[in-house]
Amino acid sequence: MAVYFTKEHEWVRIEGTQATVGISEHAAHELGDITFVELPQMGKIVKQFDTLAGIESVKAASDIYAPVSGRVVQVNDKLEDAPELVNESAEDAGWICKLEAADSAELGALMDAAAYAEFLKGLE
Amino acid sequence: MQLIYEKSVPGRSGVRIPLSDVPKAAPLPEGLRRGQPAAFPEVSELDLVRHYTNLSRRNFSVDTNFYPLGSCTMKYNAKIMENVGALFAGCHPMLALIPGGEQLVQGPLSLVHGLEQQLAEITGMDEVTTQPLAGAHGEMTGIMVIAAYHKARGENRKYVIVPDSSHGTNPASAAMAGYEIITIPTAPYGDMDLDAYRAAMNGEVAAVMMTCPNTLGLFNPHVAEICAIAHEAGALTYYDGANLNAILGKVRPGDVGFDVIHVNLHKTFGTPHGGGGPGSGPVGVKKGLIPYLPTPRVVKKADGSFGVEAHPEGIGRVSDFFGNFGIMARAFAYITLLGGEGLVEVSGQAVLNANYMMARLKGEYELPFDTTCMHECVFSASRQLKEGVHAIDIAKYLIDRGYHPPTVYFPLNVKEAIMIEPTETESKQTMDGFIEVMLEAARMARTNPEALHEAPVTTPVGRLDETRAARAQQVCCE
Amino acid sequence: MLAVIGAKSVEDLFSPIPAQLRAKSFNLPAGVSEFELTAIMRAKAAAGGAEIVPFIGGGLYDHVIPAAVDHLSGRAEFYTAYTPYQPECAQGTLQALYEYQTAICRLTGMEASNASLYDGGTAVAEAALMSLRITGRNAVVLDASVNPLHREIVCGYLAGVSAQVAEVAPDGCGSDLERLLGSIGPETAAVIVQNPNFFGSVQDFSQLAAKAHEQGALLIVSCYPIALGLVKSPGEMGADIVVGDGQSLGNTLSFGGPYFGFITTRKRYIRNLPGRIVGETVDKQGRRGYVLTLQAREQHIKRHKATSNICSNQSLCALRGLIFAAALGKKGFEDLAALNLDKAQYAKSLLCGIKGVSVLNAGATFNEFTLALPKEAASVVEALLGSGVAAGVPLGGYYAGMDNALVVTVTEKRTKAEIDRLATLLEEALCN
Repeated sequence: MAVYFTKEHEWVRIEGTQATVGISEHAAHELGDITFVELPQMGKIVKQFDTLAGIESVKAASDIYAPVSGRVVQVNDKLEDAPELVNESAEDAGWICKLEAADSAELGALMDAAAYAEFLKGLE
Repeated sequence: MQLIYEKSVPGRSGVRIPLSDVPKAAPLPEGLRRGQPAAFPEVSELDLVRHYTNLSRRNFSVDTNFYPLGSCTMKYNAKIMENVGALFAGCHPMLALIPGGEQLVQGPLSLVHGLEQQLAEITGMDEVTTQPLAGAHGEMTGIMVIAAYHKARGENRKYVIVPDSSHGTNPASAAMAGYEIITIPTAPYGDMDLDAYRAAMNGEVAAVMMTCPNTLGLFNPHVAEICAIAHEAGALTYYDGANLNAILGKVRPGDVGFDVIHVNLHKTFGTPHGGGGPGSGPVGVKKGLIPYLPTPRVVKKADGSFGVEAHPEGIGRVSDFFGNFGIMARAFAYITLLGGEGLVEVSGQAVLNANYMMARLKGEYELPFDTTCMHECVFSASRQLKEGVHAIDIAKYLIDRGYHPPTVYFPLNVKEAIMIEPTETESKQTMDGFIEVMLEAARMARTNPEALHEAPVTTPVGRLDETRAARAQQVCCE
Repeated sequence: MLAVIGAKSVEDLFSPIPAQLRAKSFNLPAGVSEFELTAIMRAKAAAGGAEIVPFIGGGLYDHVIPAAVDHLSGRAEFYTAYTPYQPECAQGTLQALYEYQTAICRLTGMEASNASLYDGGTAVAEAALMSLRITGRNAVVLDASVNPLHREIVCGYLAGVSAQVAEVAPDGCGSDLERLLGSIGPETAAVIVQNPNFFGSVQDFSQLAAKAHEQGALLIVSCYPIALGLVKSPGEMGADIVVGDGQSLGNTLSFGGPYFGFITTRKRYIRNLPGRIVGETVDKQGRRGYVLTLQAREQHIKRHKATSNICSNQSLCALRGLIFAAALGKKGFEDLAALNLDKAQYAKSLLCGIKGVSVLNAGATFNEFTLALPKEAASVVEALLGSGVAAGVPLGGYYAGMDNALVVTVTEKRTKAEIDRLATLLEEALCN
């Protein structure tokens, strides 16, 4: 069960062909109190790095990009009423959606946890 | 304070409606009648007057407080403009559109035409439409005119270029007119990065939108070159007039090479801001674009009278009549009152005041672009941030000291931005008072930052929980 | 001041502007004092047609305005403030807008309102754009009995985003419900109707709403707020978005503005509303207060992805609308609407008693109705203007084959004597 990160601060957890997507704890902290998560439509098909979902805090709005290509098979509808889950548990209970993903070659364009930690240091 | 609805007592009314002099009509058929009357508050006139008078006292305003809100040009509006603006209250605009009605509304039509001519001369454009109802509405109108121009030439251009320091309305307006946006970063010298701009310009670009002076309060000396680069690629140039107050009589966008402009009457031309509107955003164009202006046009006929003419090739109608006429009347009055020399003085004084503010504050506050500014100056609270004090804390402290805060966190390309626009109507004494408090806040950031975090403490409410508001979405009472 | 700055003259401060960019002309007359200005403006206002007795509406109406509206909205603290970016020193404006949003929701029978739009026409266009966002579809069905000026604005806005508009001709003076329904396709985001419509007809759109919903389309109703004192609200009919021009709520005619547009919707669509919204919250001590909320939808944050480009709204005009509603109150507002109905019914029966004149509306009307005249309405209207009466809006310029049709508006301000005189003048004009 491997977790990868993007430069836009999404994470993706790969389990077989299923990819669970969310935003990193760093991103959740930077955005501040999340007030709304615009969940993707079920069945939506995205290519890697396409816009997948949206997220808003009081003073900011950001797009969430697909870390891998795939089709949306599940969304975390708890976020509709409790967007604060993303602040409380960005990399677990605050997941955004699950994709049925096919192309494991795409993971080469992502960072593992250690590389992402290095990447964050570079941003400071 | 209670809501007006919470003061409601069944059966009360604040006004008696006119007496009837005709027979009672049969009621509307059952299926067309509403079930319950709208639950408007039931209060006496005195309750009503006290409620809204007391509510009004919970506002800062130009008439009560210095209000240096950058980018908004909160100048004082002379009271005479209110008197003369109200003179037209009873004029029905539909009269202008019914057969024979034109002759009965020559006064207002002459004013529309006169204001269009004044604005054309001030901005160096060939013709102006007053239809757009606000600045952003003017932007959308202007970009629609540009789209119509390209379309008429059989060109299908896809992009509009904006600098990253632009008002958010620029990209939003261009998107509403169907364009994709290319954003150009700001170079270290404070203006749009010229090389990045050059690289982005091509035959698919419909227009570039510029605010000049820009939102950093800086005049871009390359503005003519920027226009020339666009024109070479067949693109048009759009001037966002939000900051026109800086350059009246000094620079005319039309002379520099801009094809389309909008002006904000509520900023530069002395009309009230009304708690967020009404605004008014007339659009001016160069000769080649006149055919695409919205319909109808107010024209001066050979006999000297004024008429309303359809403008068939234009982009259609963007508002019902001739724009926010009451606001236009005030702006016409303002320009007439000040005259050419007065307007030139406006810009001189506005720029003098902003540079004075900048010179007095730059010792304590970081000035990202340390050069002569135009009508406003932009600081960063980055030094104060080291003490844990944000721009918002300084803003809230100013409220406790009786000053409306400057614009904070805009433009987006300056961290912890504090954008101060004193305007020409403020005296040195008023500015000195404000400056003292700003300097005091900077000292407090070092000595007592907690006090700044607690501000404001003198207002009816303290800092409000915006996250809770956004999550609860309580936008009307039950 | 110059010494502090380190400049020799004010002109020095303009040195960043290269000489070749300086203004080539600035040819404006010299200024005047406020006393000459008053004379200039009085002369223009005197030639403004305010003395004409208006039986014209067309979306804008001559209604009473209680004195308190001018006095309270004219308070400098409201008048000379700006957008409430700093809520602690703008609770006056914010609470008033919250009260306004409540009033408009109650009036239209809806659940969520923004803090106002520019005017009625642009409100219809914004509602159309909003329906595209909600449904992800790309077309609207537009009833041609919607105000023709508003339809032009809708078409312009929708052309901008390459969306389709299908106009459906009315059936006489009413909406053709069957054809509206038949025009809904898989790409239809909304059906747009007006109530009362441009001809003055009042209809129930409940069935239309239900059937539109079955096909995944929304119902947008543009309405006249004074009529809602009596007429079934769009909310009761099942509308999804309700818009209108707020001019009739305490705003003077003022030759075309400023007025305000309103827009309300169901709570589930609140994020799709354009423009500013005020929400309730608390401070650290639990004191109730109001803030601009859901701002992340707006242009200053979302830039080209915003729900709309709108920035300034019409706060002051919306405030006038609120004070108007609060002054009249629940019963007063209903009574005012009833008085409009009474006056218009009196005029309608009187005018259709004239030889050759008949009423074209098949069903109920509120304070406007459409007459068929025995000759071209434009020439009749022009003739009556000479007697100081604007008899109505001739439909010839707006609808094919309706050259003889005239829309007559009768608000509570028209006296019996004025209505009687209109009848006399009309009869004379038709005899000649």
